Amino acid sequence: MTSKISMTVNGRQVEGSVEGRTLLVEFLREHLGLTGTHVGCDTSQCGACVVHVDGKAVKSCTLLAAAADGGDVVTIEGLADGTRLHPMQTAFKENHGLQCGFCTPGMIMSAVDLVNRHKSNGGGKLTEEKIRAELEGNICRCTGYHNIVKAIEAGAKAM
Amino acid sequence: MYQTNYHRASSLEEAAKLFKKGDDAKFVSGGQTLIPTMKQRLAAPTDLIDLRHIKGMSGIKVSGKKVAIGAATTHYDVSTNGKLAAVCPALAALASHIGDPAVRHMGTIGGSIANNDPAADYPAAMLALGATIVTNKREIEADKFFKGMFETALKDGEIITAVAFAAPTRAAYVKYPNPASRYAMCGVFVADHGKGDIRVAVTGAGNDGVFRHRAMEKALAGNFSADAIASIATSADDMLSDIHGDAAYRAHLVNVMARRAVAQAG
Ligand SMILES: Cc1cc2nc3c(=O)[nH]c(=O)nc-3n(C[C@H](O)[C@H](O)[C@H](O)COP(=O)(O)OP(=O)(O)OC[C@H]3O[C@@H](n4cnc5c(N)ncnc54)[C@H](O)[C@@H]3O)c2cc1C
Ligand code: FES
Ligand code: FES
Repeated sequence: MTSKISMTVNGRQVEGSVEGRTLLVEFLREHLGLTGTHVGCDTSQCGACVVHVDGKAVKSCTLLAAAADGGDVVTIEGLADGTRLHPMQTAFKENHGLQCGFCTPGMIMSAVDLVNRHKSNGGGKLTEEKIRAELEGNICRCTGYHNIVKAIEAGAKAM
Repeated sequence: MYQTNYHRASSLEEAAKLFKKGDDAKFVSGGQTLIPTMKQRLAAPTDLIDLRHIKGMSGIKVSGKKVAIGAATTHYDVSTNGKLAAVCPALAALASHIGDPAVRHMGTIGGSIANNDPAADYPAAMLALGATIVTNKREIEADKFFKGMFETALKDGEIITAVAFAAPTRAAYVKYPNPASRYAMCGVFVADHGKGDIRVAVTGAGNDGVFRHRAMEKALAGNFSADAIASIATSADDMLSDIHGDAAYRAHLVNVMARRAVAQAG
């Protein structure tokens, strides 16, 4: 059985016809062609698939597209303002926060979410320890995390 | 994942009706356990009934010492609720260490309790807090709710709507997380309800799921200190044994985590 769903993706109203079992990540990549969101593990561990739904970071490989019906979704493609990168994207670039880049969309979406949450919970200094703890659900096979953490520290200051 | 039909219920009545209509229906809340399980084809419900949009299913109410948490309240909301943190900081802290931020944004307390994973955190809290599990049919004491690994007192089609408890005078939860999955290798929730009513609940370690540690409860009732339980051993015969740690190791962890929890509760 397929059903019609509609949602806002990166500010644009989109519609689609999906099976009950279609995952949000499949809808984004295969129906909408938004291949910036990656599938690393497909077992809810790695965070390469993180997008924002209604302002919160979620793993799009672990959410049905139909369950996100009516939602407001932001993917990595939705962060930049035209050709001007989002401050967190710039920070990853300047701090060499990526090597192969596979984990990067999820890292950046998680990083933006963590800074937003940190600010709305009163702000204060975002410590290295806190950033590392918050990256629990994002796995990188390349960098060793050091530059990712540095990038997030810089991105948080710029946001 | 096998084919399934997704439904969004807007009331408990509608959810119950949809459940009856489905061949092999299942409820879904945050989906942080059920969706991965379906992807591995270890579950194949014909119909999924989403409970998250039912009115009144989420939110936290605190009045005096009384706490009620809607079943669809996410781990994130439990971890950041100021009123809850004021009366029962141990539960808020527990929620803040479940999985990772993205899991906490979706996963719910009702889903965790209904699932009763032997390594899940909330079941230990429910037992130690002496919570009441409220369903669309009845109220069940935590002591009678958890029935072993992945087993609960829930009947087919029964929906958890909330959990309720009286805030303890002091409490703490300490877990030794599996370094990879972050699930508890052993987690101990200690709660002092006053007048010598102490509850100690252990998750992650027992081979029959979450359990109360009566010997420790008794010792702590007389003397609420880590020293009082230092020599209380836990039988390795009752412990889980797997690639992450054998039974003797887990039996040892129970004591260490319990002492840390008592010390932290102060
Ligand atoms: C990467 C990762 C790490 C995790 N780490 C931890 C951890 O450290 N500690 C921990 O405790 N958990 C952990 N979890 C599990 C997480 O806490 C889940 O959110 C939780 O176990 C299930 O809640 P849910 O709302 O997602 O339930 P779902 O997956 O939606 O449902 C789980 C089960 O409960 C049933 N159900 C759901 N809601 C209800 C209801 N209201 N009434 C009756 N039945 C219901 C469903 O039918 C299903 O059988 C982790 C999960 C992931 C993916
Ligand atoms: S692909 Fe979703 S968590 Fe790895
Ligand atoms: S940069 Fe290669 S996985 Fe992170």
